[in-house]
This record gives sequence, C-alpha cells and structure tokens, in this order.
Amino acid sequence: MKALARFYYEFIESIRIAWAQIRANKMRSVLTALGVIIGIVAVTLMGTAIRGIDTGFNNSLAMLGDDVLYVQKWPWGPVEDWWNYVNRPPILLADAEKLNRIIGNTPNSLLEVAVPVAGRGSSVKAGDSRVDGIFVFGTGADYARISGVDYQEGRLFNELEAGAGRSVCVLGYDVAEALFPGRSALGGAVTVGGHPLTVIGVFAKQGEFLGLFSFDNQLVMPLTAYRKMFSIRGRTDLRVKVTDKTRLQQAKDELVGAMRRVRGQLPDERDNFSINEQQAFKAQLDPVKTAIALAGLFITGLSLFVGAIGIMNITFVSVKERTKEIGTRKALGARRRTILLQFLIEAVSICLIGGAVGMGVAYAVFLGIRFQMPNFPVQFSPDLVAISMLVSVVTGIISGFAPAWGASRLDPVVALRYE
Amino acid sequence: MTAHPAAMIPPPPPAINSRRTTRPPGPLVIDIEGVTKLYHMGEETVHALRGVALKVHSNEYMAIMGPSGSGKSTLMNMLGCLDTPTSGHYQFNGRDVSSMSDDELASIRNREIGFVFQTFNLLPRSTALHNVELPLIYAGLPPAERREQARQALENVGLGDRMLHKPNELSGGQRQRVAIARALVNRPSIILADEPTGNLDSKTGEEIMQLFDQIYEQGNTIIVVTHEEDIARHARRAIRLHDGLIESDRMVNA
Repeated sequence: MKALARFYYEFIESIRIAWAQIRANKMRSVLTALGVIIGIVAVTLMGTAIRGIDTGFNNSLAMLGDDVLYVQKWPWGPVEDWWNYVNRPPILLADAEKLNRIIGNTPNSLLEVAVPVAGRGSSVKAGDSRVDGIFVFGTGADYARISGVDYQEGRLFNELEAGAGRSVCVLGYDVAEALFPGRSALGGAVTVGGHPLTVIGVFAKQGEFLGLFSFDNQLVMPLTAYRKMFSIRGRTDLRVKVTDKTRLQQAKDELVGAMRRVRGQLPDERDNFSINEQQAFKAQLDPVKTAIALAGLFITGLSLFVGAIGIMNITFVSVKERTKEIGTRKALGARRRTILLQFLIEAVSICLIGGAVGMGVAYAVFLGIRFQMPNFPVQFSPDLVAISMLVSVVTGIISGFAPAWGASRLDPVVALRYE
Repeated sequence: MTAHPAAMIPPPPPAINSRRTTRPPGPLVIDIEGVTKLYHMGEETVHALRGVALKVHSNEYMAIMGPSGSGKSTLMNMLGCLDTPTSGHYQFNGRDVSSMSDDELASIRNREIGFVFQTFNLLPRSTALHNVELPLIYAGLPPAERREQARQALENVGLGDRMLHKPNELSGGQRQRVAIARALVNRPSIILADEPTGNLDSKTGEEIMQLFDQIYEQGNTIIVVTHEEDIARHARRAIRLHDGLIESDRMVNA
C-alpha cells in the first residue's frame, strides 16, 4: 500500500516535471511533436480509409444477400481458361421454371425459390426529364423473397401483375429522385426504350456496390413485360434463395445437382453454368484489401517512425541537459524507477500532445473529404481515437525508453559532477 | 589516529564560539573499516582511498578537510552512500552499505542522509517549497503532510516568507538555506555538507555556518567537507585527509 502510494506520488511528480519541461522548451517541444503529429495524421487517415473501404465493401456484399446464390454463365472473378466458359449455353428463363419445379419436388430442399432476373442498361424518361445508365431488369413477383430491400413508398408488383405482364415498375431511390424531384413518384408515368410504364413503388435508398454500381439506379418491372420490350439475350441470371444460410455449402451442392438435371448434363460432363455467391467476392477482394492495408500502414508507419526518432533524440538531449538534476534527485532518494518514469512520461507527454493535435488535424481532413466527396468511403470512429492515443503512448514509451533507461542508470557521483 | 594536541589549532575568532556547546555523542552512525577505492582512468589506476577507518556518532559535528586530490570528495561520496567502496566495510546505523543495491542506497540517502551541495543543486523551475518537498515525495508521504513538513523546515531556516519563490528569485544565501531545509526535512541521521559556503561571499558564508551551528544545537549530526580552516572551526571534530589516508583526527576546541 505504501509502495503504491509512493509510486502514485512519483507519477504525479513526473507529470508535473514533464509539463514544466515542455512549457520551458516550447519551441523545441512543438517541433518535436510535429513529427508525431504528421505520423498520427498519416496513420489515422490511412486507418480511416481502410476502415471506410472495409465498411463499404461489407455493406455492398450485404446488398447481394448472404442467403442468395447466383446461377450465371460466368463465375465472379477472373478466369484464365475463358474458352471453357464462352461456349456455355446462356441461362434461360425456362431454366428457372424447371429449377423451381425440381426444388418443389425435392423433400427438405435447402433451396427455397429460384428467381430469374434479366436486365440491361437503359435510359428512363418521365416527361422532359431523362436519366441514363439505369439498370433496367425484369423479374418475377418472387423477387420480393430474395431481396430484403425496403420500400420508400408503394410496393412490388404481385403475382397477378407479373403473370399478366402489366406495364408497371418499381424505381430505385435515385431514379425516383431524379425524375420526380420533391414529389411522390407513385402513379407517375415513365418510359423505357419508348415503352410506357406506371410507377407502383420506390425502393428505399441502398447505396453503391463497391462504388461501382448503385442499387439506387435501377428500375424493376415484371419479367413478362420486360420480354415484350427487350430481347432476353441480355444479362440473365437466376437468383436462388437458400432456406438456411448456415448450410450454404450443402445448398450449393444441391443447386449444382438440380441445375445439371435442368440442363440434362451427363455425369462425365463439366458444369456448364457457374454458381456464384457473395463469399466468392470476399475471397477475391480480401487479399487486395489486406495488401492495401499493409502497404498503407507501412508507408504511413514510416512517418510515425521518423516522429519517434525525433522524440528519442529530444529525450536524449533532455537527459544530457539535466544530468546534474538527475544526480541531485538521486542524492535525494530517487530510485532508478523514478528517473526512468520521469523521462518516459516526458516522452509520452510530447507524443500525447502530438497525438491529440494530429487527431484534430485528421478529423478536420476527414470532414473536408466528406464534405467534398460524400461518396468516398472514409469513416471516423471513437475507437480510432483510442487506437491513435494508444499508438502515441506506445511511440512515446518505445522512443523514450533508451534515453530514460540511460538516465536511470547514471552513476549519481558522475551525474552530480556533470556541469 | 590519535588526536593532535589542542595547541596546534589556530586560535578561534572570539565572538562566534562564545555560546558554544558540545552535545554528548549518541549511538554509532557511521562505521568505516579499511575502506579503499580505486578508479581506473584509462591505463592508470588511481587509489583515491587507501584504507580508511572512521567512526562517527550521532550528535557529532565533524569537518573533513584536505587538499584537492586527497580523497575527501571520494570519502564524502562514500559516506553519503552515493558510491560504494572497492574493498572494506561500511556500516550505516548497523546496516552493511558496501553490498547494497542502487535502490537500497537510494532509500538510505532518502531517509538517513541530508545533502547540502556547494552549488545548491535546487530544481530551477520549482518553488522553494516544492524543492524542499522533493525528498518527501520520494519517501512516499501524502501531499498535505509533506507540504506541512516542508513549510516547517523552511520556517526553521528563516525562509517562511520566501516559500513560493523560485531559485532565481532568491539570493545565494537564501538558496543555500532552501537546500539546508531540504536536507533537514526528512529528519536524517546525518547532514552531509560539501563545501556549503564555496559559492558564497564570506559574510553570507558565515551566516550559513551559523545556521549549521544552530541546526547542530537543535540535535542534528553534521559532517562538513571543506578546505577552509574558518569553516572547519565551527565543527567539534576535524579529520584531515592526505593521499587517500586519514592524516589526523582531532577535537576542535573553542
């Protein structure tokens, strides 16, 4: 208890000395802290960017749905033997019906429903307004079951409307905003490729997929209506919802078997379709993400390292200047630990000041980025603040340790004689 | 080491010693036996102490004298537990100091020894009060208690009205008084003063020596290292070093 109290008093005394020392050498402290400030700003912004990318990535993947398998002609990700894929038969709408029939006939199937989606890029008009590059696609009423998206207003077309091929559509949030600014889009008339459609719903805002594709820039209509307007040789795929996403691999196996039956493939034939899932994206993008993170942190870490050398240098100078004071303190009963603590706290204090200022600068930069480029994936969080402060403290301890250790080991006789 | 005849001491100045008292010696504090100290300076080996024996009792007022190079600084560092002997024994209050670790020595210095330096050695950016508090911080005293003790120590040396001044706002004599208060604040077994008047003019130096006399009479044990006879005359006992050996050890008579 007594030892603890003494440690506490020594600690308070060390903080007091550190502040007096920093105040007495303002210019020197500021210049030294500058190195740490730059380091912390760099590391923090890099951390922010990495985290932003990560979050954006995960949000995007969530949009794909973690319980949905995609049956497509091509696998996601690069293929080297493209000639093995290019001649595969396209996914046909009839495949969906056959697949659903197989699913329906399979007891305890892990697959719930297959929904065909056929789409293409197009422009959408409403009166004099026009938006380009909209992903227009047709699908069945079952789309509601595979897409967890909410509705800003209205609803999806129902079985009846889909079956009848009614000319109705649901707009993505941004499309609705652009064509019907500040008013309800419900009941509004739009044209796609010259065909009139009536708006019966608007999706809630979803965001972008990896910054490449916006889920808010789409228009969905009944597949039967879509087939009347467009050739179905565009992008077509099947989306298959699984019943239990913890058994995704088994579901995938079942789906492969079902698709092979749909396609009438012989046992020794290779699959002429691909089953894609969000996990495939993750597997591909994870190494890239890791590489970016490592490279970024390494480069920014260098600037922090330079800052740490500055701290080490200034602590060496401080020890040298105050050798006599160290001798006096030792004569008065300061232990090695006391002296070590004193100089460590001095180094850590400068680092903490640098860290706090750096944090402020990083936050300002972050706000600037967010203001200028709202879509750029940066994220600032409280734990980032905590991590930065921790990094500052650790930097201070590491860089201050060698000089502080040297100071604590000084021979009091030699130190007292030092002029 | 036989005491030299009193006749060999130069006659003392009359005024100072008129009320001079000598307190009877108390228990043994310092017991040094056959202590040597070697320094290696490059190729050369310097014998700073070559077998010193010395006993100091509580309530003594002793001067250590000798020319530079005589080993008196080394002896003082040894007595102050700043340094350990190359060979020989040193017992402080019955505890063997020669084999102590750095931190144990620090603890002895903190509790048992009060240092007064020639160059005062005050912390420049701290107030007189905080300077005096310092040994108490290292002793682990709570803030209120140590402030009170430091205040008393400063009042005792006549600086009750200068407690919140920094060293550069004090005269040389006042600085040395702060240092003396700092040496006294932990109620140490001995006060060890190394040329305490060396950086002061003779009048101020004399005032400081009178303060030491007063402290002695209040019941402290004092060892003063000096090369000035005038200073040594304040002590009751004087030892003289020469070439790493005690050349003489005698009582100083008024």
